[in-house]
Order: sequence, then C-alpha cells, then structure tokens
Amino acid sequence: MDAKNKGSTAHRIEASLVDSISGSVVTSTSGGLADPATWAASGSGAWTEKGSKPDPSDMRLQEGSRVAVVGGGPAGSLFSHFLLRSLSMSGVQIELDIFEPRLFTHSGPSGCNHCGGVVSESLVQILATEGINLPAEVVQRGIDSYQMHMDVGQVRISTPLQERRIAAVYRGNGPRRAPPRMTMGFDRHLLEMAVAGGANWRHQLVCSVQRDGERWRIGCTEGEGGVYDLLVVASGINSALLPILAETGIGYRPPAPLRTFIAEFHLGKSVIETYLGSSMHVFLLDIPGLSFAALIPKGEYVSLCMLGDSIDDHMIETFLNSREVRDCFPEGHVPQNVCHCLASINVKPAQCPYGDRFVFIGDSAVARLYKDGIGSAYRTAKAAAATCGLQGISASDFQAGYQPTCRALVRDNTIGRFIFGVCHLIQKLRFTRRGVLRMVEKEQSVPGRKPRMSGILWDVFTGSAPYSSVLLRTLHPAFICSLLWNLLVANLPGVASASREVRVT
Amino acid sequence: MSDVLGRVYQAGEDIVREGETGDCMYVIQRGEAEVLRDLDGVQTVVDRMAAGDIFGEIAIVQKTVRTSTVRAVTEVHAITVDRETFLRRVKEDPTLALNVLQVVAGRVRRLDTEIARLKRELAVAGGR
Repeated sequence: MDAKNKGSTAHRIEASLVDSISGSVVTSTSGGLADPATWAASGSGAWTEKGSKPDPSDMRLQEGSRVAVVGGGPAGSLFSHFLLRSLSMSGVQIELDIFEPRLFTHSGPSGCNHCGGVVSESLVQILATEGINLPAEVVQRGIDSYQMHMDVGQVRISTPLQERRIAAVYRGNGPRRAPPRMTMGFDRHLLEMAVAGGANWRHQLVCSVQRDGERWRIGCTEGEGGVYDLLVVASGINSALLPILAETGIGYRPPAPLRTFIAEFHLGKSVIETYLGSSMHVFLLDIPGLSFAALIPKGEYVSLCMLGDSIDDHMIETFLNSREVRDCFPEGHVPQNVCHCLASINVKPAQCPYGDRFVFIGDSAVARLYKDGIGSAYRTAKAAAATCGLQGISASDFQAGYQPTCRALVRDNTIGRFIFGVCHLIQKLRFTRRGVLRMVEKEQSVPGRKPRMSGILWDVFTGSAPYSSVLLRTLHPAFICSLLWNLLVANLPGVASASREVRVT
Repeated sequence: MSDVLGRVYQAGEDIVREGETGDCMYVIQRGEAEVLRDLDGVQTVVDRMAAGDIFGEIAIVQKTVRTSTVRAVTEVHAITVDRETFLRRVKEDPTLALNVLQVVAGRVRRLDTEIARLKRELAVAGGR
C-alpha cells in the first residue's frame, strides 16, 4: 500500500473512533492515528487492500467467522458463553478461541487473578437467573451479613431472610502453599463453562496483535495464534498487553488504575467461624488515604482487601495494628500473611474501548468504582456479546449496543465518587460515626421502622444497587431528618453505643 | 472448604405457598422440591424440580398470588431473586429474560406432554 492510501485510511479510522464515554472524537496524539508512518510502523495495516473503508453492514459474525478472546477471566469467559449461546439460537456456528495461558489450578500468584474475590448479592441473583450457578466447589463461603467496624462501635447488617447471597471465591486456586483442596477457582469454573458451550481454550500467551487487512493477526509466545474477524480484549487492567494495544493506532487508551493491597491469612475454619463467621467485615477507620478495607472469610483463610490512593507499608501496618482489626483475630494478634499482592483496579474508564472489529471488555474497558468488579465484567461482557450476536461488529454497532452500558457505568461512578466522599467524611469525623452507628442501631430496635441507613450502607458495601439509587435514598426527607436527629442525640454527653445486629428488609 | 449459596429449607418445608402474595422468584442450588396444586382441598403433585430449576417467576412479572405450593422434598438450598433486582437488570439487558422464558417454555412443553399422556390414559380407561 502506498503512503497516500495509508494516510487517507488513517484519517477515516480517526474519524470513526469516537470516545465511547464523552462522545467526543478522539484526536491524534504523539505517534497517533494521523501519522501514517507511525501507523505503519505499529503494524496496524489497513482496513482493506484497496484502501476503502468497509461497509459497517458487512461487519457481522456469520457461519465460520473466527473470534479471538484475549483473556480467560470472568469477562472473557462470560462474553464467550453469551456470544456462543446467542449465535446458537440463530443456528450460526463460529470458531471462538480464548487465549489464556493460566490454568487457574495453581495456588498462589501464578494461578490467581489478583482480586478480593467477592461475587456481589445482585450478581449472584442475576447469574442464577442466567442459569450460571456457583457450585459448592467454587464458593469458599456464602456471606449473609456485613459487620461494620468503627472506633465508636460495631454493627452487623444481615441479608433479608438470613440468606447467603454473597459468594466469597478464589479467582485462582487459593493462596500460596495452600494444601490441595477439592475446590475450584471461580475463573476456572467460568472458563470450563465457556468451553462446554463450544469455545476453544488455547493455553497461549498473546504477545502481539496486528491488523491484517480488515482482520486481526494474533501472535503468541509459542508461535502464530491465527487471523480473526473479531478481537475481544478481556485481559484485565494488570495485563502488559494493554500498553502494546494502545500503541497499535486504534485509539485505545488504557484505564487509570488504583493500587490495592490483597493478602491472605491462614486461621483455620473453626477460628474463622468463631471470630468472623459468615460476615464480611468492613472498616471505617480514620487512616489517611484509605478508601475502603474489608476482611473476607473464605474456608481456611481470610482475605484482606485494602483500597486507597497511597497504599504503602506504613498504611498497611497502621491498619493491621488498629484495635478494630486486631479484635477480629484470636488474642488480638494478626498473623503473618501467607500470600499478598499489590494489584490494580480500574477507577477511570479506557478511551475508545471499541471500533471496527474490536472491543475491550471488563477491567480493560470500564468497571464500577471500587465495587463489584466481577459484576462489571458480567455487564460489559453481556452487552458486548449481545451487540456482536444480534447487531454486528462495526464501530457503529458497538456505539449503539455496547456504549450505553459503558456510559451507564461511568455516570454511576460519578455519583459513586460523591458517595465515597461522604463515606470518607464519616471516616474522618468522629461525631458523624457516632450518629451513623446510632441510626443503624435504632432501626433495629424499633420494629417496623424502615432501615434507611442500614439499607444504604448495605448497598454501598455490597455494591448491590447502583450508586444513583443509593444517592436518591439519601435525599429522602425522612432519611435526612433521622440522620440529623441521630447525629444530635448520639453526641450528647453520656450516650453510649452497643454492638447490635441489623437486618436489611 | 466449600459452601452453598441461598437459603436452606428443610425437607417438608414450604418454600412458597399457593394463594400467598410474592415479589420474588427462586433458583434451586441444591436438593429437590415438588410443586403441588390444591384441587378441591386436595393437594396434588404436578411437577418436581431440582438444582438449576427456577420457580415463582410469575410473581416477578405479575402482581398476583402464587399459583402453586413448592415444598422441599430433601434439604433445599435456593437463591431468592428479588423483583427489583431482576427488573432493574432487564431494563438494561432485555436478553436476561430469555433464560426465564426458556425455563417457562420447557415447563409448558413438559406439562403439555403430561396432559396428553393423562388424556390418553383417560380415553383408554373410558374405552374399557
């Protein structure tokens, strides 16, 4: 192809790449789309040998189409499952390859996807409705309540009907040096489900992705991966592939990450039963930079998950040495962790997560702020699969079918930032902590009273409801009046709090 | 160690009762249950369900009373799916309802076969 054709095609691609979130056209950056030389060097190739842009209506998956899914975590496996299910209804047979080098059967980091491993209450319900049930071999512990710890007291918030509707799972096969178990990691379970639905699992590490005419050529560390009609990137946010893809000239820019600290402590089942039970323990402590911290019981181990802007050794030590955390462990002693990692989560969406014949899903595209990462993987995977199966695989198809889901998540995250800002304020101000605790306690002690505060806290901690729904409930006059009254009374001299259990109804 | 999700119902315990109002449906995770219909004061088993089966879906889409009783035959673990959670997701993703539709279609097909079998037996018995 000559330079003239490359240049004109590059401009056409630039025009077609629309920022999925803001709706603005992505302008070229250094080494970007407007520079055909850079584009050629990146190996992006062209849409067609003749240099003409293909008709979007021609871009549909049909009999014999080849789809490459890069990454076999929840997003990749769920996308594959839903796409194959959707196409099988219309009698279309495609070839779908999932590139995932990990087996998820090894304990420790090599078999793990670096995540707290909580399947939210709403996602458990929706997956069950989809026919995706989590067997006992996958669920490390069914969670039926949240225990909120503050310096002014603690309170337990339970699910309606005392039902275990939150699943604590391992993404891999347990912590480092964990003994062999008769269990299965969550990621492996979903991957096997996708394979049972007709996907091919290729145990290969993708190291290059290049345009090959209209299609995509996948390169693996162990040789040629193949040429595909559709590229689906579900490699998460910790993947080294994302910066490589950002350089291919498709306009994609990886999401902004936030550092997390995840650690596993071995306590044994009976100790966990005594000290933690089937509750997830959430801490609202005044530690600078700490946004969220929770202890998640899982069989023989308990997982610690910390999120914050500046997680370092000092913050971790301060947190683990706090009285509220030590009280959750036998004799007030936090043992040495057996496994830990500093993983990243998506806190700002990617730019241009789709275009003609490609789409990014899960953490490599957009995720719910701080919460329900697996739920975000489900939502983006389902929306992308529905678009590919029912509409098409052009940029305009993804704009119509996939973008609304991404935009809904981003808009809700904007509200989420405000809500977590308020939570941060509660963490910082002792008198607000007293008021919140008293309000939750009173909701329990007066029969028939609507549990406004406990319902809101439940949805913020579990990620069960959209942040917009949470915000609407905080604007209810009854909630505001009750909060103000409790703030006042709880801070009167001589008022003490006691630990109570609260049930959300 | 492993765990099972959902609420636990003991053998013989009613999960839903005919005539009661409801605002949720259920997905069985473990165990077996039977569906009973009250006809002239006599409860008759009309269907059986096991892990993966969905029931109570009518309450999600219609504000009406339960049309049957579902009773645990063994210990049953069942996940309750709230109407609000389900409808909120369906609004964003209408294809979610497809799985429920397939479950209902399968049940209608099975009951059709059962009706045909009973009618044939009645006809044979009447011809004797």
